[in-house]
Amino acid sequence: MSTVLIANGLKKSFGGVKAVDDVSFEVEAGHLLAMIGPNGAGKTTCFNLLNGQLKPDEGSVTLEGQQLVGLTPRQIWRLGVGRTFQITATFGSMTVLENVQMALLSHNQKNMAIRAVVSNLYVDEAMALLERVGMVEQSGRACSILAYGDLKRVELAVALGNEPRLLLMDEPTAGMAPRERIELMELTAEIVRERNISVLFTEHDMDVVFGHADEVIVLNRGQLIAKGAPDDVRNDAQVQEIYLGSGSTFAA
Amino acid sequence: MRKIISLAAGISTAVAMTATGSVFAAGTIKIGDINSYTRLPGHTVPYKKGAQLAIEEINAKGGVLGKKLELISRDDNGKPGDAVKKAEELFTREGVALISGSLFSHIGLALTAYAGQKKKLYLAAEPLSDALVWAKGNRYTFRLRPSTYMQAAMLAEEVAKLPAKRWATIAPNYAYGKDAVKAFKEVLKAKRPDVTFVTEQWPALFKIDAGAEVQALLRAKPDGVYNVTFGPDLAKFVREGKLRGLFKGRTILGLLTGEPEYLDPLKGEAPEGWIVTGYPWYAITDPAHKAFVAAYQKKWNDYPRIGSIVGYNAMLSVAAVIKKAGSTDTEKMVNAMEGLNLDTPSGKVHFRKIDHQSTMGAWVGKTKLKDGKGMMVDWKFLDGKNYLPSDAEVMKRRPGK
Amino acid sequence: MGFYFIQFLTGLASASSLFLIAAGMSIIFGVTRILNFAHGSLYMLGAYISYWLVTTLTPGPLGFWLAVLAAATVVGLVGIVIETGLLRRIYQAPELFQLIATFGVILIISDITRFIWGETDLVGPRAPGLDGAIEIFGHSLPEYDIAMIVLGPLVLGIIWLIFHRTRWGTLVRAATQDREMVGALGVNQAFLFTSVFFLGAFLAGLGGAAQIPKGGADLLMDLNVIAEAFVIVVIGGMGSILGAFLAAVIIGELNAFGILVFPQMTLVLMFAVMAIVLLVRPWGLLGRPEAVSRAPGEAPEPPLQRADKAVRCLFTATILLLLLVPLFSSDFILVILIDIFIFVLFAVSLHFIMGPGGLVSFGHAAYYGLGAYGTALLVHYLGTPMEFALIAAPIIAAIGALVFGWFSVRLSGVYFAMLTLAFAQITWSVVFQWNDFTYGDDGILNIWPSAWLSSKTAYYYFALILSLVCVYILRRTLFTPFGYITRAGRDSPLRADAIGINVQRQQWLAFIFAGAFAGLAGSIYVFSKGSVFPDQVAIPQSIDGLMMVLLGGVKTLTGPIVGAAAFTALTDWLSSNEVWFWRSILGAIILALVILFPQGIVGFVRDKFRPPEERG
Repeated sequence: MSTVLIANGLKKSFGGVKAVDDVSFEVEAGHLLAMIGPNGAGKTTCFNLLNGQLKPDEGSVTLEGQQLVGLTPRQIWRLGVGRTFQITATFGSMTVLENVQMALLSHNQKNMAIRAVVSNLYVDEAMALLERVGMVEQSGRACSILAYGDLKRVELAVALGNEPRLLLMDEPTAGMAPRERIELMELTAEIVRERNISVLFTEHDMDVVFGHADEVIVLNRGQLIAKGAPDDVRNDAQVQEIYLGSGSTFAA
Repeated sequence: MRKIISLAAGISTAVAMTATGSVFAAGTIKIGDINSYTRLPGHTVPYKKGAQLAIEEINAKGGVLGKKLELISRDDNGKPGDAVKKAEELFTREGVALISGSLFSHIGLALTAYAGQKKKLYLAAEPLSDALVWAKGNRYTFRLRPSTYMQAAMLAEEVAKLPAKRWATIAPNYAYGKDAVKAFKEVLKAKRPDVTFVTEQWPALFKIDAGAEVQALLRAKPDGVYNVTFGPDLAKFVREGKLRGLFKGRTILGLLTGEPEYLDPLKGEAPEGWIVTGYPWYAITDPAHKAFVAAYQKKWNDYPRIGSIVGYNAMLSVAAVIKKAGSTDTEKMVNAMEGLNLDTPSGKVHFRKIDHQSTMGAWVGKTKLKDGKGMMVDWKFLDGKNYLPSDAEVMKRRPGK
Repeated sequence: MGFYFIQFLTGLASASSLFLIAAGMSIIFGVTRILNFAHGSLYMLGAYISYWLVTTLTPGPLGFWLAVLAAATVVGLVGIVIETGLLRRIYQAPELFQLIATFGVILIISDITRFIWGETDLVGPRAPGLDGAIEIFGHSLPEYDIAMIVLGPLVLGIIWLIFHRTRWGTLVRAATQDREMVGALGVNQAFLFTSVFFLGAFLAGLGGAAQIPKGGADLLMDLNVIAEAFVIVVIGGMGSILGAFLAAVIIGELNAFGILVFPQMTLVLMFAVMAIVLLVRPWGLLGRPEAVSRAPGEAPEPPLQRADKAVRCLFTATILLLLLVPLFSSDFILVILIDIFIFVLFAVSLHFIMGPGGLVSFGHAAYYGLGAYGTALLVHYLGTPMEFALIAAPIIAAIGALVFGWFSVRLSGVYFAMLTLAFAQITWSVVFQWNDFTYGDDGILNIWPSAWLSSKTAYYYFALILSLVCVYILRRTLFTPFGYITRAGRDSPLRADAIGINVQRQQWLAFIFAGAFAGLAGSIYVFSKGSVFPDQVAIPQSIDGLMMVLLGGVKTLTGPIVGAAAFTALTDWLSSNEVWFWRSILGAIILALVILFPQGIVGFVRDKFRPPEERG
């Protein structure tokens, strides 16, 4: 099994506060890696260090050997890192199909094309992705009128548009009903296996984490305090203490 | 689809009706009038009142060629582009015989260019820029009011007798101001080679920063100041000039400053002792003029401004030219207007064939405060024909005509 | 030396007057995020009311100042009326609607003022007790200038005390920094906004009232002062009072000393300073960068659709009809229609950047004007043939858009609107004051088309076909990847960035693309009129474009076409029927549109005929 992403000794502080303090981990190919931790643990900062929104003070991030530190989010995306957001971000004035086409157009460097019309471009490819996330029937509807769960699926299809090797998913199931959550994560897990993609996701819902993650890392106050298989992490005394101490439910 | 066709048919009928309707009302000759009625109403509304008075009198006497004259007015918003658009509208929709009016020089020049291109008659009533009949003049444009050159020459003649040698000028930075300064410098230099011009100030029209401008003039230590500003700019200039002592012990000239439009809004602030061109309507004893003033006051319950008499004379000129041409054909009217003579309340007016400038004169005098109001005293009427360059010089300035 | 000192004091005196109006504008913007274009109108009202009070009551020195304060208070109350009657209804609307609405207010106040006080310019009375001059180093300085020099810092000090020593002032400062936070604190937001508007209007009124001994009152004051106030607010930093003061002093002194060096270039200097400040510090000298632009509170438009059969038929029928018009109509109909073709192209190009691009440009006239002036200057100086000038015009405009756009797309929302406006004003001031080259106010005349187009009918067909082709290109581009990607950047910059789209570069290219077509429209205009004037670059030209798009419906593709046609026909009809109050009619239409009819004509029709699900 090969390693897709290696984060090594990441550090980032804001005005003296160490938001991320010497964090190192790896993401294996075809794995779902969950990053958990109480609010303010540094998850979002860590995410932003990986996707290029922020530049680490120290440390390195490599994607299959390629250094990512110093690259823009757009460059990182072009290297094969897809993203979904905690609050879905789609193009509201476009249909489901067109949303996916945008990712395909950008992936194929067609952003400036002014000859062909969009309705003839990458339709089959986009439909195939929508088929995979189960959104074919709704492909002609506007994103602005979609149910939230469906939007999440669209976002997933969009994120797959550049044939990523790694997906960064920020709280993929936030705001969804419990049943929808499970469906979405099962779908994600299937796709990951099928296409040998890796996923790094943050999540508050422990059911989702322990139900689907292959591996879990735990952040607290900027530091990595535990890492391992879900069951090991669940039984880790320090982790339990943090979650109990912070009042979060940490039901097994 | 049927609906669309019937809709299209409906639209085309409507368009066709507006297009053909109302072009010629029987028995009237339409005169187009374009002026800055909303941008500078204080100056243009008296013009229109004078014009309407003349039209009424002409029509009362049976009109021209058996037809009544009808004035169709349009507002140019103080914009040359709008004026050209309105001219187009007047000719093509209203079917006017000719256009007249306008006040701002740049608007007058735009209409001049339009008239030249479209071969339509334009009688520029009030704009003063010299270029209008000279550098940019054309066969289809005539001007009634004495030009900047003529008025500047009248003022220059007055001050050539005085000791002032160092002159400063202040003028709005557009066609009129530039022509006014150029003409004054030219005529004064010719009469008095020993004068020097020590500074020129060019505030943007109606955007004067008066205190700073006055300071800049003071800095040059002139013996005399030649002022071309008007409207709100003039008020601010006079206020600051008085307070900062610019006018003390200096010869001050005001182009047009003696006209009621310029002087009256200043009320008690009106400057004293300026040598100005203007319009002392209250003191003119000529019977024809007295009759004009009486008729004007009767009709409008207001006193005439310079615009009033220019508007009145403009319509007299229009009536005269149509009568002389015997038709409203543009070419015939142009031919008739070259060399046209007529009598007006301000004396005989002749439209010169050589450059299409009329010889209407102007009044030159000194300003004085009387009863908290600016007046002109020691004035005299100067005939315009004596204040134009030689014919040879005119030919040089009006190329290709 | 004494001379320079006096000139310095003179500059300070005019700075005080500028500060008062700019401070009010800045405070209002800081809290309500509305850039109040009608602030110049409030200034004008202050001047007229205090003129009326002072000349009818003829008070003594104390009474004079009481009259000035009374006038300012009345103007403050007018501000309350405007805020509660109009602006309160549109705080949630996009910036465009707010800016346009305040423009409508300008038109109405202008007519009301004319109705009450008449058309004659009023020369202000001297201030009792301050009607003379004092001697400094052998130079005279009006006493009233000294009063003005004191007044500016005095007002600044009072505002500072209010802002730092009262709870209300603390709230105003908090709201200036973060509007949402104030809502969260449970403050009565409506009261806060109204009271801030009162203060801002009061200051504008005070500025107008206090300047009457230096000038007076006239109907051109509103627009004359607003451009300068705008420059000061931008330079100082929007929402910063101290910044406004600093900027007012800079501009006041720049004018005072600028006329000594460049007597003909004062406006260019002012706008050039603004440009430099914007380039170095886009948020102004003492302003703060806006961290997050306001979330658009509006629903996105429905997905693009090819025109359905009915619409296509209607268009075909309209085009056929237009082709037939010269056969049966008068020249004047052709003149109006040519105008409409030009403005349709202008409006559609503006729509490209503001609709799909999501960037409301308040300076689209700059590119129209660059095309127009580029054409006229080429023909005038180089004798360029019409055909070549028509090709050059969009290139010139595109180069302008390339430069200005590069800076502008770095900002968003109202800051973008202001920066584009600032660039348009720089273009205007250069055209207006560079007399030796552009002929300034006099314009460039005799720019007629080639012989084969000299007849009205020929030019009609020419303009029609050119406009049709360009509108088709602009429309079709929206259906291509370039158009879609541009729209993607508007819909969700976050998502666009996350799929590798360089949103800023895309916006920049769209801006240049739109600018080029605006330039072509300007060029067609010049040849149709035979002349060009600075008005073609001025603010009203930009506003007209926005009005057209708004009238037709910003969220539709055919909206700008219908809007341009309707607006051109309407203004032509209003202004050619000797309706002297046509400005207030136009103003009222603007307000009605903004409040009651924000979806525009085409948006309204579409909503009627489409199922609710597909509505925006």
